[in-house]
Amino acid sequence: MVKRMNGVHVPHYKNTADCAPNRMPVPAQLVIPMAMHIGAKANPVVKPGDTVKVGQLIAEAGGFVSAPIYSGVSGTVKKIEDVLVASGQKVPAVIIESDGQQEVYEGVKPPEVTDLESFINAVRDSGSVGLGGAGFPTSVKLKCDLDKIDAVIVNGAECEPFITSDTRTMLDRADEVYDALKLIEKYMLVKKIIIGIEDNKPECIENFRNLCKDDPAVTVQALPSSYPQGGEKVLIFNTIGRIVPEGKLPLDAGAIVLNCTTLATIGRYVKTGMPLVEKCVTVDGSAVANPQNVIAPIGTPLKDIFEFTGGFKEDPYKVLYGGPMMGLAVPSLDSPLLKNTNAVLAFNQKDATPPEPTPCIKCGRCIAACPLQLMPAEIQIALNKGDVEDLKALKVNLCMECGCCTFVCPAKRPLGQNHKLGKAMVMKAKQEADAKAKAEAEKKAAAEAAAKEKEV
Amino acid sequence: MNNNLIASVSPHIRSNTTTAVIMRDVIIALVPAVVASCIIFGFKALLVEAFSIVCAVLWEALFQKICKKPTTVGDLSAVVTGLLLALNCNVDIPLWQLAFGNLVAIVMVKGLFGGLGKNFANPAITARVVMLIAFSGTMTTWTLPKMLQTADVTTGATPLTMVAKGMTDELPSYTDMFLGLHGGCLGETSTLALLIGFVYLLARKVITWHTPVAFVGTVFILSAIIPGVDPVFEILAGGLFLGAVFMATDYATTPSTNSGRIIFGIGCGLITILIRVWGNYPEGVSFSILLMNILTPFISKWTRTKPLGGVK
Repeated sequence: MVKRMNGVHVPHYKNTADCAPNRMPVPAQLVIPMAMHIGAKANPVVKPGDTVKVGQLIAEAGGFVSAPIYSGVSGTVKKIEDVLVASGQKVPAVIIESDGQQEVYEGVKPPEVTDLESFINAVRDSGSVGLGGAGFPTSVKLKCDLDKIDAVIVNGAECEPFITSDTRTMLDRADEVYDALKLIEKYMLVKKIIIGIEDNKPECIENFRNLCKDDPAVTVQALPSSYPQGGEKVLIFNTIGRIVPEGKLPLDAGAIVLNCTTLATIGRYVKTGMPLVEKCVTVDGSAVANPQNVIAPIGTPLKDIFEFTGGFKEDPYKVLYGGPMMGLAVPSLDSPLLKNTNAVLAFNQKDATPPEPTPCIKCGRCIAACPLQLMPAEIQIALNKGDVEDLKALKVNLCMECGCCTFVCPAKRPLGQNHKLGKAMVMKAKQEADAKAKAEAEKKAAAEAAAKEKEV
Repeated sequence: MNNNLIASVSPHIRSNTTTAVIMRDVIIALVPAVVASCIIFGFKALLVEAFSIVCAVLWEALFQKICKKPTTVGDLSAVVTGLLLALNCNVDIPLWQLAFGNLVAIVMVKGLFGGLGKNFANPAITARVVMLIAFSGTMTTWTLPKMLQTADVTTGATPLTMVAKGMTDELPSYTDMFLGLHGGCLGETSTLALLIGFVYLLARKVITWHTPVAFVGTVFILSAIIPGVDPVFEILAGGLFLGAVFMATDYATTPSTNSGRIIFGIGCGLITILIRVWGNYPEGVSFSILLMNILTPFISKWTRTKPLGGVK
């Protein structure tokens, strides 16, 4: 029997799987935040008044771990101002007024890819980030010691409820995904490519099996529909049986995990030169009138997307970027569509209101559900006591915040939230200890210097 | 249109299982035992069980009222405690004693320690042990099943008491013991009814197999090893299945990891056999669970899970 990490059975709600994406009309205005990826913010290279076209660079990568950003409309840069993003921070955003013409930028042409370096540069120039949701710049992930990796895993699990945008990628853009895989095979010398897809998407599995049947390097693995199958650590364990050690990267387990839509973006860029400027997103949730998949330029305000799909059937009380298990609640409907947004979900009052927690009955469901075998019930006790040593012993830092523990808790306790607080507590204690050690070292040095002076 | 969007931490959906759903499942799993008790000991059994449940719920409501705490009888945990305590008593138990037992269970063992999930000992088990010592007469007099009673004999010994007293020729057959046709507590006699409840709890994933299997398995293996002890008799007799399935699996007072649950079950089985074979009491299930409840925090500490990828 294959050993697999624990998980939970979440409802699928894949209502939009059969819905080919509808392209929405050009929005009047785009709000493009400079932080749509993990790492340094991108630096705008346009200024108010500039005209831009589709596919034109508007911000360059702000560091090694960063990604460039391109315009999804043709029009005029109106202003660059700080906007509130879902993380609660304010980040600069380029605001572009569209002219509705969708003129393509002259510079959009296929890049020359001849070796590993030019391939990685092409990936960087495509603006690709981890489109499964994490938003880690893809080129950084690929720029690694080739001897260390022996497997590339394509993440087509799409284990979150509601979301079907990756399903659509695997049905509608499978050739672009495979184009990118062939480049990886060729330039990164990878002998083993595993496409992992949950078994609730048989058409996607079939599609890739047909497409890659003559390629001995590629295998398509049907994985059980168990959340969080698409979590990076979970997917690595469930496909190649390796564990990513604490504080290390998938690379240290010899693997690179790439989301299927990220690959499609790379495939498209290498073929056409069109970088990441638009996204297919699933629009669904109990407040949405007509659930469907929509293609919209990155930066489109969510309210325009909801309006295009036919608006709400009930007042929305919570709107999410991403799925209901790990999705981020947005502060307002003016929030824009981001690079790593794969769904926008809106929920009615009943579904949006978190349940009242009741006392922990120590049933152990959270422990049995945790893919990483953490003990949320114990972490909760350690957190309430402020016991940093115990939090460390319980490995709170390993938590990937998949939400399984909170999902299964019969007492409806916010266990996942505890882990965020626990991580912060461990971090703070470490900073304080470091500061204390530094102060003491300085004091000691000063005392020694004084003693020396005395001797002299 | 609502303009104040709720921004809470993920996940934004929760499973349908609540504490009340779990307790309801435990009650459903006890229904076969309740039905069996009515068949074996007559309709009075149901009245005793109902009275005990009402007592438990009233004590909880009253205690929470006095402590000015929110009333939580809706979580059905008091119903489970009341029912379990009744199933651990003889059908002719004086009702005031049962009411007192419920006071011990709900107020002393559970309420005073902070309520649901905070008690360290199983309320029903502790109450039963207190009653056994306080009312040793009525708690060790056993009404015979309706079908075994005669005009002048209505009470008799449990199979374990028979063995303790050397009345081995009067022992019921294995079949009668499996079906529950012998003297004993309301809910303990019919192993069949308890097994049906066990299967239901497993199917509904309310409990795991670990504790009951380790508990019953240990009793079976030890009695097979010890000369003069009949392993089949030992697992069918007394409150073993009632304890192993419904009391040794109580969440708050037993370990929450599977390895911990196995250790807990083995410990219970060991203590049960020690008491039954060498102790002064004919039965040791209640004592074994209570003693292991006390050890639970330590077992939990020893059996923490090993996080995947964790580095020392």
